[in-house]
Amino acid sequence: MAEPVNSDQPLLKTPLHAEHVALGARMVPFAGYDMPVQYPTGILTEHNWTREHAGLFDVSHMGQAFLIAEDKNHETVARVFEALVPADVLSLKPNQQRYSQLLDENGGILDDLMVTRVGAPGHEGWLYLVVNASMKEQDYAHIQARLPKGVSLKRKDDLALMALQGPSAEGVLAKLAPEAANLSFMMSADVQIDGIWCHVSRSGYTGEDGYEISCKAEDAAKLWNKLLADPEVKPIGLGARDSLRLEAGLCLYGHDIDTTTSPIEAGLIWSIQKRRREEGGFPGAARIQREIKEGPARVRVGIRPEGRAPAREGTVITTPDGREVGIVTSGGFGPTVNGPVAMGYVSKDVSAVGTDLHLIVRGKPLPAKVAAMPFAPHRYKR
Amino acid sequence: MTTRYTKDHEYIRVEGDAGIVGISDYAQSQLGDVVFVELPSIGKTLAKGDEAAVVESVKAASEVYAPVSGEVVEVNSDLEASPGTVNEDPAGRGWFMKIRLTNPSELDDLLTEEQYQEFVKSIS
Repeated sequence: MAEPVNSDQPLLKTPLHAEHVALGARMVPFAGYDMPVQYPTGILTEHNWTREHAGLFDVSHMGQAFLIAEDKNHETVARVFEALVPADVLSLKPNQQRYSQLLDENGGILDDLMVTRVGAPGHEGWLYLVVNASMKEQDYAHIQARLPKGVSLKRKDDLALMALQGPSAEGVLAKLAPEAANLSFMMSADVQIDGIWCHVSRSGYTGEDGYEISCKAEDAAKLWNKLLADPEVKPIGLGARDSLRLEAGLCLYGHDIDTTTSPIEAGLIWSIQKRRREEGGFPGAARIQREIKEGPARVRVGIRPEGRAPAREGTVITTPDGREVGIVTSGGFGPTVNGPVAMGYVSKDVSAVGTDLHLIVRGKPLPAKVAAMPFAPHRYKR
Repeated sequence: MTTRYTKDHEYIRVEGDAGIVGISDYAQSQLGDVVFVELPSIGKTLAKGDEAAVVESVKAASEVYAPVSGEVVEVNSDLEASPGTVNEDPAGRGWFMKIRLTNPSELDDLLTEEQYQEFVKSIS
């Protein structure tokens, strides 16, 4: 059996590192951090628990930052950020959050992120950003280099971030912060939980209803243990986070999207609001507007292998007669689906749901079909 | 009946001229939940160190190598429907294949139970 390769670089620790170790987590290097891949119960149990109850994830490795306009004007900061991403930032209401992407000049995706218009009083002209752990240094440099006078980037490495996901998440959090129950999907609020300041948004990366909760690093362990004290809540590692997001059809940066893919190819057109599609004004707009009009040459699709064998990232996709038409970018076993699931890019002509494909796994063609995503239905509270 | 191990965490339990091959308890615990096993076809000839089977967890696929040279005479087809058996009972019902040894002296190069447990201690 092949051993996993370990990096020799010193690993960073999140403010919850000691909690993971105490819970018996198996720690692995991820994006430069020593992170829990699973707890003793294992990935399948953690995955299913999140779908049926509530899972608690440490995502403090992700990058949290503010973009701040000195003139305290939302329009100022929104215009600056709209020059970097294709989302409509201007129309965000206070406390509203959107998913978007930092784009390069060719419309390739430098990173994907969450942007929120801060709603707390005294923070007019502030945007709150959450970016991928593996990309944060690069993202911050990219943003910093494109800021005009009067707008500044403030990284918040002193914040922790956790996600509470699953059908019980609302009930669990509402016991501690009743206003959390009233939030709708992609809205946020500042709440106090036992004297701990928390910024709570109704969002996540599992396809389930739930929350992402930011708090000061020094309060993280207390909040984590308070949430874990609820019998409906169990800690969930990166392994189940990956199988949950894959079943939810959500992209993982560096795998399903990167600088070689555009948001249109990736099926993320829903994240580009109407005004931006028409006006452009973001990097790579010409290409993206052309792809919207003419359709991209290749698209990200869901794939269901017909047998039990998972098709992993990098698996070549062919037509049944052997013509190479694409590649798998994420693939594995879907515990909720109870079978293998995958996503990848294929030529437009073989992208319709139901199209027969072959996946070349260990040299052998495995029959598969293009499938609708998500593989497990989203259960967001709109 | 003797059981020998490889440093790649396969075991072979020899009975007469054949041996039952599987993965160790340490290996299954490191892999996590097994969701798929690909077994060789019966009659396949393997040289020591050849890729004999594939075991997939939720996270990743891993190869299982032949601990000795020989011919595959039986496979545990129950694993197709119940791959989780590898986690539950790796030394028993979670076996992978039975190999008829062509060169029993290869067993001498493998680790004894005691040596293997020492080895696991040294890497964990």
